[in-house]
Amino acid sequence: MPYFGSEETVKELKRALSNPNVQADRLRYKSYITKVIRYMTQGLDVSALFMDMVKASATVDIVQKKLVYLYMCTYASDKPDLALLAINTLRKDCADPNPMVRGLALRNMCNFRMPGMTEYIEQPIVAGLRDKASYVRRVAVLGCAKMHSLQPRTEIDGSLVNELYALLRDPDPVVVVNCLRALEDILKDEGGVVINKPIAHHLLNRLKDLDCWAQSEVLTFLLRYRPRNDDELFDILSLLDPFLQSSQSHVAISTLRLFLHLAAAHPAVQADALLCSSAPLLATCGAASRELRFAGLCHIQQVMRSQPALFNTHYKRFFCGYSEPSYIKFRKMEILVALVNDENVALVLEEMKSYCTDVSAELAQAAIAAIGRIGRTYSEKCLDILTGLLALKQDHITSAVIQTFRDLVWFCPQCTAAVCLTVESCVDYPQDSEGKQALLWLLGEHADQISSAPYLLEVYIDGLKTELSAALKMEILTAALKMFLRRPAETQDMLGRLLHYCIEEESDMCVRDRALLYYRLLQRGIEETRKVVTGPKSDPSLSVLTSAQEEPVSQWVSIFNTLGPLSAADLQLHNTALSASEHTDDTADTELLTEHVPVSMRDVSEAGVSLCAGAAVSPEAFEQMWQQLEVLQRQTVCFSGCAADTLQSALQPVHIQTLAFSPARALPWRAYIYSRGSGTLVLAELLQDDPEMLTVTIKQQPEHQQTVTAFISVLQSVLQTLNTGQMSV
Amino acid sequence: MISQIFILSSKGDHLIYKDFRGEASKDSINVFYEMVTALSGDQPPVVMTHKDLHFIHVRQGGLYWVASTKTNPSPFTIIEFLNRLAALTKDYCGSLSEKSVRMNFALIYELLDEMVDFGYVQTTSTDILKNFIQTEAVSSKPFSLFDLSNVGLFGAETQQSKVAPSVAASRPIMSSRGEQGGKNEIFVDVIERLSVVIGSNGVLMKSDIQGEIRIKCFLPTCSEMRIGLNEELNIGKSQLKGYSSAVRVDECRFHQAVKLDEFDTFRILKVCPSQGEQTIMQYQLCDELPCAPPFQLFPSVEKDYVNRVLIFLKLRCDLPPKSTALNVSITVPVPKGSVSMSQELSSPDQTAELQPKNKALLWEIPRFPGGAQLSALFNVML
Repeated sequence: MPYFGSEETVKELKRALSNPNVQADRLRYKSYITKVIRYMTQGLDVSALFMDMVKASATVDIVQKKLVYLYMCTYASDKPDLALLAINTLRKDCADPNPMVRGLALRNMCNFRMPGMTEYIEQPIVAGLRDKASYVRRVAVLGCAKMHSLQPRTEIDGSLVNELYALLRDPDPVVVVNCLRALEDILKDEGGVVINKPIAHHLLNRLKDLDCWAQSEVLTFLLRYRPRNDDELFDILSLLDPFLQSSQSHVAISTLRLFLHLAAAHPAVQADALLCSSAPLLATCGAASRELRFAGLCHIQQVMRSQPALFNTHYKRFFCGYSEPSYIKFRKMEILVALVNDENVALVLEEMKSYCTDVSAELAQAAIAAIGRIGRTYSEKCLDILTGLLALKQDHITSAVIQTFRDLVWFCPQCTAAVCLTVESCVDYPQDSEGKQALLWLLGEHADQISSAPYLLEVYIDGLKTELSAALKMEILTAALKMFLRRPAETQDMLGRLLHYCIEEESDMCVRDRALLYYRLLQRGIEETRKVVTGPKSDPSLSVLTSAQEEPVSQWVSIFNTLGPLSAADLQLHNTALSASEHTDDTADTELLTEHVPVSMRDVSEAGVSLCAGAAVSPEAFEQMWQQLEVLQRQTVCFSGCAADTLQSALQPVHIQTLAFSPARALPWRAYIYSRGSGTLVLAELLQDDPEMLTVTIKQQPEHQQTVTAFISVLQSVLQTLNTGQMSV
Repeated sequence: MISQIFILSSKGDHLIYKDFRGEASKDSINVFYEMVTALSGDQPPVVMTHKDLHFIHVRQGGLYWVASTKTNPSPFTIIEFLNRLAALTKDYCGSLSEKSVRMNFALIYELLDEMVDFGYVQTTSTDILKNFIQTEAVSSKPFSLFDLSNVGLFGAETQQSKVAPSVAASRPIMSSRGEQGGKNEIFVDVIERLSVVIGSNGVLMKSDIQGEIRIKCFLPTCSEMRIGLNEELNIGKSQLKGYSSAVRVDECRFHQAVKLDEFDTFRILKVCPSQGEQTIMQYQLCDELPCAPPFQLFPSVEKDYVNRVLIFLKLRCDLPPKSTALNVSITVPVPKGSVSMSQELSSPDQTAELQPKNKALLWEIPRFPGGAQLSALFNVML
C-alpha cells in the first residue's frame, strides 16, 4: 500500500533512479519513472524526487519525456527553484526541428504554475505563434492564455491581443478556435472576445471545416453577435440550417440554442427550428449513454414549456425501459403526464399502471402521483386504476393512492363521490404519516359522504398517545372539528376527549395552540365556527388558468444547453428568478387598465359600446382579480361544445381574448376569456357541466352595465354561429 | 472549459487525475466521491455542484469518468466528450475495465495530454491522435473458459468458433511497432437493441428497435470502403413500395464521415474509416416489428408452501432453424427475501444463479438453435 510506509517507497525510488546501473538500462529506468507517476496519481507525495526526474527529462525517448513533463507540471508550484533547472532543457526542446517535440515542450513549459515563469515563456510563445507547424501554433495560442492566468492582474499586452485577433484568420481550424478561447480568457475583465460582423461571418463560413467540439464552442461564442437587420439574420440562419440536423447531438443542440436566440423576434422561425431539431433531441433520449439520455430528457422538458404538443406523436419514446435508473424514469414519467391526450391516454395509463408495482417504492409512489395528475383531466379511467391498486394491500401503494385521492378531490370536485365510496370500502389503511394525514383530511372534509368516518377517526384519536408526529396530530384535530360540524351527534364525545387531551397533556406547543384555538372558536358558537372552518375556499378549478400555459421561448432559452436544466432545483430557481425580473412588466396590476384604446374599426356592439382587446392580461393577474371581484351576471347559453382553438379563433375577431381553457372533452369544461370596453375590463368564465348548456359568469372592473350587455350579445352571437356551423357539419 | 478530469474506480480509487487549469484543489476528487456515493436512488447524479465547482460524470466500464468545471458549459458537449474519452480508451487499451486503465495509465495520460489543453478540447480523432501517441498498450488477457470451449475435437472448427466474437473486440487498435502490421483487419458489426413489452396475454404491446452498424478498423490507412445495404431499404413510414416485404426503418442517422451521394439510388454508404471503433449508421424502428420477436417466453409461477416459489420457464427461439443464438441470458426478478435456489435445466452447458443483490435470477444459455424450445424449473426459497 502506498499510503503506509510511503517514505520508504520514495526513498527506494530515489535510490533506484540515481543508481548508475539503472540509468544505463533504458527500459529499467523508464519503468521506475512509470512507477513514480503511478504513485503520484494515487495521491502519494513524490515531490522529493524532483531532482532525479529533472535529470530524466534529458532523453530522446518521447514517452519518457512526456511522463517526466507530467510529473514536473504537477510539482512545479511546490518546488519552483528546482523547476527552474528544467527550463533549460525545455527551452532547448522548443527549438527542436521536430514540431511534435517543440509543441510538447512549449505546452508543458506553459503548464508550470509558478510565479516568475512569464519571463521564460514569453519569448518561446511569441516565436511559437509564428511557427510554421500548426501543432505548435495551437499550443502557443493557448500558451498566451496560460501566461495571462499566471499573472491575472498585469496589464494586457495590446500587441499580443492584436496578434491573436489576426490569427483568427489562420488556415488551421483548431488555431482559430484556440484564439477565440485565449482571447476570451485574456479579455475576461473587459467582457470577453469581441464578435463583430467580420469575425462573425468569418466564423460562420469556417464552421463546416471545424471538428464537432470546435463547432459547438463557436456556436456558443456566436450567441454574442446581433445581426444588424433581418436580411443578415436570415442569411445567418440559412448558413446554420444544416447544423440543426447534425449527427452530433451537442452540435445540433448548440445550433438550436443559437437559432432560438437569434430569431427571438420571429416566433414562427423558432417554432420551425424546434420542429427541425426534435429529431436530434429525441435521438439523445434513445442514446446508449444514460447520462446523455438524461440530459436529452431534461432539455425536452424545457422545450415542452412552450411547445407542449411537439412530442405528442412520440410519446412511446418516453416509456421507461426495464433497466433504466430511476432518475431517468422519473423524468420520463413527468414528460408522459404532460403528453397525455385523448388518443394516447389509454396506452399511457396502461404503461403507468405497470410502473405502480415497481420494486422501488419511490418509483411506484411517483407513478401513482402521476396517474393522479392525469386524473385531473381523465378522472374516470384513473380512478379505476387507483381503486384497483388499493386491492394490492401494499403499504406504500395504499398510502400513495390515498394521498392522490386527496389531491384529486381538491382539483376535481366531481370525483368526490367515487373517491368517498372507495375510501369507505377500503379495508387496508395507510401506515405512514403522510398517508394517514391524507386519509384524515378526506374523512374530515367529506364526513357526510363517508358513513363510517367517525369510527375510523375514533381509532386515530384513541391511538393519539402513541403518536409522535405533530403534523398528524394537527390533522386529527382539524378532521375531528370538521366532522363535528357535519355529524355532531357521533363526534361530540370524541372531540371533547381529543380537545381535553391536547390542551391538558400534549407537550407539542403547536398542537396545543391549535387545540386551544378550536376550543375558543367552539365557545363562540357553532355558526361562528362553521363560518371559519368550512368557509369558502379558493376555487381550485381556477388552476386551469395557471397550468398548461404555453410559456414564451424566451423564458427558458437562457438556460438551454447549460447545466441548469440538469442540476438540482436551486440552480433552476435561481435562473427563473433572473428571468422573472426581466419580465416583471406584465404582472404589474396597474398596467392592466392603462390600455391604449384603439378606435375599433369594426364596431360590433349594439349600444354604441365597442370592445377591444387591449394589453394582454397575465394568468396570475386574472386569477387575482377573479377572486376579488363579485359576480355581476350569470347566464346560460345553448352550446354543444367545440374545439378550443375554433372558439379562440372565433372570438379573436370580435376582440375577446381567450386566456385558458380545460382540455377538450373534459367535464366540466371551463374557459376563461376577457375583453375591454369603455375603459373597463370584462372577465368571463364559460362553464359547461352539461353537454348542451354553457354557463357564462361575468365579472367586471369597474362596473359598467352597457359594456356587459354588449359583451354578452357579442359572445352569444359567436356561440350561435359556432353551434349552427356544427349542425351543418 | 474543463478544470479537471479524473477517472475513479467504483471503490473510489484514483486511477487517472489531470488538472488542466489549476482552479480547483486535488481534494475535489474526494468531494466528488463522497457526493456520488451519498446520493439516494432517485436523485439524478449526472451533474453535481459543490460550492462553485460542477462535476459532470458518466459511468462506463464500471468506472466514474468525471469532468469538473467552474463555468456553465453545454452538458451535451461534456457528456459526449467523456463518452468519447471512454471510447478512445477502449480503442487504445483494448478493453474498458479498472484493470486495463490501471495497466495503461501512461497511455491514457498521453491521450489526455493531446486531447485537452488548458481545459479546451483539441481533438478526439484517431487519425490525428495516432501521430502523437507513442506509448504501447499493455493488454490484459484474462483466462477464460470460453476460449477452451472454442477448440473442437482434433482441431475441427466448431460452429461456435465460426460465429463467436473474435478477440478483435478486446484488441488495442495500435499494434506494437515491433511486429509490424498485426493483421490488417476490418470488422463490420450490426448491433440491434430490441425492446419489446409483451402483455400477460401474449400480445405485443410495445416494440422498439435501435440498431447500428459499427466498424472496428485496424488498418493504419484505409482507402474508401463501400457498404451496400439492401436495395429495398425504405426510410420513413410513408414510402412503402408495392407489395415487397421491404426492409424498413423509421429513421436513420449517419456518421458525419459517411458520403451519401449513392445512398438515395443504390443504398451504398461510402466511408473512409479511421482507426478504431465508430458507429457509421444508426437506425430505429418503432411499433411494427418486421418479423416475430426472436424469443418467446412462457412463464408460470407457483407459490408452493409459505416460503417457496416455483418458477417454470419455457423459452422458444423463433429464429430460422439455420441460425443459432449465442450467449442468451434471461433475468427474472425475484422477491426481495430470496435466500437460495435450486434448478433443473435441460442441458449441462446452461447455467443459472441467484443474484440476491439485484433481486434477480440469471439463466444463461450458451447456444440456442433456431426453432428449439428449452425449459427450466427454478425453486426459489424465501
